[in-house]
Amino acid sequence: MKYWPSLALSIFVFFCLWLPSSVGQAKAPAPGKLLPRFEIPPPQRPIDAQYLGVQDKESFWITDIDAQLVIIEIFSMYCPFCQREAPRINELYEKIESDPQLKGKIKIIGVGAGNSPFEVNFFRKKFNVPFPMFPDNDFAIHKTLGEVRTPYFIVVSNLPDHCPTVIYSKLGSIKNMDEFLKHISKKLSSEAQE
Amino acid sequence: MKRKIASILIAFYLVLVSFVFAQTHSLSFKDEIYNPGILKPTDSVLKVKVGDKAPNFTLPCLSGKKISLHQFLGGKNVVLSFVPAAWTPVCSDQWPGYNLAKEIFDQYDAILLGISVDNIPTLYAWTRQMGDLWFRVLSDFWPHGQVASEYGILRSDGMAERALFVIDKKGIIRYIDVHNINERPRLEALVKALEELGQ
Repeated sequence: MKYWPSLALSIFVFFCLWLPSSVGQAKAPAPGKLLPRFEIPPPQRPIDAQYLGVQDKESFWITDIDAQLVIIEIFSMYCPFCQREAPRINELYEKIESDPQLKGKIKIIGVGAGNSPFEVNFFRKKFNVPFPMFPDNDFAIHKTLGEVRTPYFIVVSNLPDHCPTVIYSKLGSIKNMDEFLKHISKKLSSEAQE
Repeated sequence: MKRKIASILIAFYLVLVSFVFAQTHSLSFKDEIYNPGILKPTDSVLKVKVGDKAPNFTLPCLSGKKISLHQFLGGKNVVLSFVPAAWTPVCSDQWPGYNLAKEIFDQYDAILLGISVDNIPTLYAWTRQMGDLWFRVLSDFWPHGQVASEYGILRSDGMAERALFVIDKKGIIRYIDVHNINERPRLEALVKALEELGQ
């Protein structure tokens, strides 16, 4: 029993070293790395479930989405940058949907960091966002993705029988939508050849 | 002795963990935001309650005008949004959300007054980062935090609480939320409070 204080101190030092480092491990996913796993809540609107191909799922993961590339926008209703970016991301969606080479192969989802379902719905209605948006009420997804600032864009290669791999990961506005689409579409054509 | 050591270790560990988690919620304004870490959730004693007449005040606005609460009597419902400090993480995200939600305030015939204990130049520089705000931003800087103090939401460190008051057209306080300073109040809670004004 006389060793109790030193034992307690050892355990304490271990936890001090372990917990902060484990919390700090979550970094923004870098291109070439696997996307860390997180659960996405079921879409609220049938049209969103249909778009993603995740009908009848309680919750889902990127590999469940019927697309070769998935663009993930981390946003917040409260973020002025995300508010300014919203019409441009709608344009991106329209560009993809109107291009027969891209439609069905590239899909977009939004994740509202720290936003409730009410707040995400408000944002979606305010900007007429046509793609699915999901609440991340308790920042769980946001923490998994390295607590990035918003808006943050991650593009994931989502080949069947492969783990989802990050091909694009950047903070802030997508400056040139056409360049961006061209850049990620290259991955699409190279995947077609594999 | 063992208990003493254990208590000290646990307390120290919690402080350490708090520091780590304090870095998590800064989403906007690039690197211009000062992160004060996790603070005591509330640190004041309310001096008003639901059903009370809201204490009147007159404060300078960013436009240079003086704004009094009683000028809205009989005309508009008033939401007071006190935030603790400019250039801090949660505060910098809260008002841009209200800025987006003007139609909700309009729907309930309400105006919003954003109040902070920062001075006018600080508030000007800070709110410029949010774009054009439709609501008035008032400075409770001098005498320092006098309005916050009259409402009972001035913290011991001189900041205001993160607090929302809904005041009806008769000047009666109908809703109070002295929120955990570390968290943003949910928009739906405010909407519900505004909805209840009509009932």
